[in-house]
Amino acid sequence: MKNKYSIFSLIKNAFSYHENWEKAWKDPSPKKEYDAVIVGGGGHGLATAYYLAKKHGMTNIAVVEKGWIGGGNTGRNTTIIRSNYLWDASAGLYDHALKIWEGLSQELNYNVMFSQRGVMNLAHNLQDVRDLKRRTHANRLNGIDAVYLSTEEVKKFCPIINTSPNIRYPVLGGTLQRRAGTARHDAVAWGYARGADAMGVDIIQNCEVKGIKRNGDAVEGIETTKGFIKTKKIGVVAAGHSSVIANMAGIRLPLESKPLQALVSEPVKPIIDTVVMSNAVHAYISQSDKGELVIGAGTDDYVSYTQKGSHDIVEGTLNAILELYPIFSRMKMLRQWGGIVDICPDASPIISKTSIKGLYFNCGWGTGGFKATPGSGDLFAHTIANDEPHKLNAAFNINRFVSGDLVDEHGAAAVAH
Amino acid sequence: MFVINCPYCGEREQSEFKAGGEAHIVRPKQPTELSDDEWAEYLFMRKNIKGIQYERWNHAHGCRKWFNMVRDTSNDEIKAVYKMGEKPPTI
Repeated sequence: MKNKYSIFSLIKNAFSYHENWEKAWKDPSPKKEYDAVIVGGGGHGLATAYYLAKKHGMTNIAVVEKGWIGGGNTGRNTTIIRSNYLWDASAGLYDHALKIWEGLSQELNYNVMFSQRGVMNLAHNLQDVRDLKRRTHANRLNGIDAVYLSTEEVKKFCPIINTSPNIRYPVLGGTLQRRAGTARHDAVAWGYARGADAMGVDIIQNCEVKGIKRNGDAVEGIETTKGFIKTKKIGVVAAGHSSVIANMAGIRLPLESKPLQALVSEPVKPIIDTVVMSNAVHAYISQSDKGELVIGAGTDDYVSYTQKGSHDIVEGTLNAILELYPIFSRMKMLRQWGGIVDICPDASPIISKTSIKGLYFNCGWGTGGFKATPGSGDLFAHTIANDEPHKLNAAFNINRFVSGDLVDEHGAAAVAH
Repeated sequence: MFVINCPYCGEREQSEFKAGGEAHIVRPKQPTELSDDEWAEYLFMRKNIKGIQYERWNHAHGCRKWFNMVRDTSNDEIKAVYKMGEKPPTI
């Protein structure tokens, strides 16, 4: 890396009032041709480019982004990272990501503020208790840390939770993954962008893809707002807009794009030092390092690309939050926003080749893609470089919707998708 | 959030309704003859359009009747509402 961040570079730059820091990544114009082009400059796309360059030696590549780096869902999620998924295929995928998270700041020389503060999932009825216990066992068989907690243990781990048996949805227990936690989502995009740029990857912002040029069953390049770019390999990581890109290439995807909302409160002193999620009442909450409560709501049930979402969804989530945490009844909310998430029928992602040679899709992450960012990038890079999936993402191919071999994580993954 | 003009009840808040997804997906006449690809197409593949979409809605907290709607998914503007069985308007 050209300019390593360290205590010494910090001191050195302090003498020039921090005005002479080198740009973290360049702002190049697109070349005529690349070995591969990644469509979408979010966390997953940048991670893909990083691992293509680092592990597969493909440095003559570009990332094209219609807005700015990390301005989409990367900067809109609630930053939760966990790997306590039910099925073997998902457990392999998400725990692969979690293992990379554990060393990511060191690897990127960029502090992604990964904090293993634990993620707790609550049970509110007898079926929840059974499901969560089953998932705990499944996790442990897959080598993922998971413990089941009684109501008293939940209260001990997070004292502000209302565990009264007299509330509408009482807390009957919960699971805890201690290795899980949060990270600073912007830093993940910036860290991967800086790392990829240092290896020669062109990161081209404000460059929207307008068309995909095909020659028979193979891709030839992309039409963009900055002109035509020739390439034999296109990796699409466009999240909510995946179907739009697929349409340009003339293929169909099993996706629906819907608004998912989140909101943050005014900043307060530390009050909740873990992440608590609740499937049955659909509310999840954590506290950022700035002190804001970060609250995740649900998706709307209609297709929309508006990044807004309906008010009743937020209202329902806050009702649940207030019943579980009466201490927050006087908190003021600062901001609310929506992101467009692409949801698969089985609530599992697609990291796959397509029927068109040289066209790859990484999509369908739905409401839970952030946690997988490093693993997704690593496995997608492997798939693009070798034209074959890695064994960890083989189950997540597009063809599963034809074969019927779905990875059904709807509800089973401890939070509603 | 928007207001929907239910063809049976008139204007109501969208939160009274349940979205039913893409409209005019025809159920296969001979399901036993379908190939796996055709099943996948019918069950899972969706247009997921950014722009004018034809879709089904149900007035779940009202008359509970199904109807069709044409909506621009890029700005949630409703272009037309029509009853089940009626010919879809061209927008």
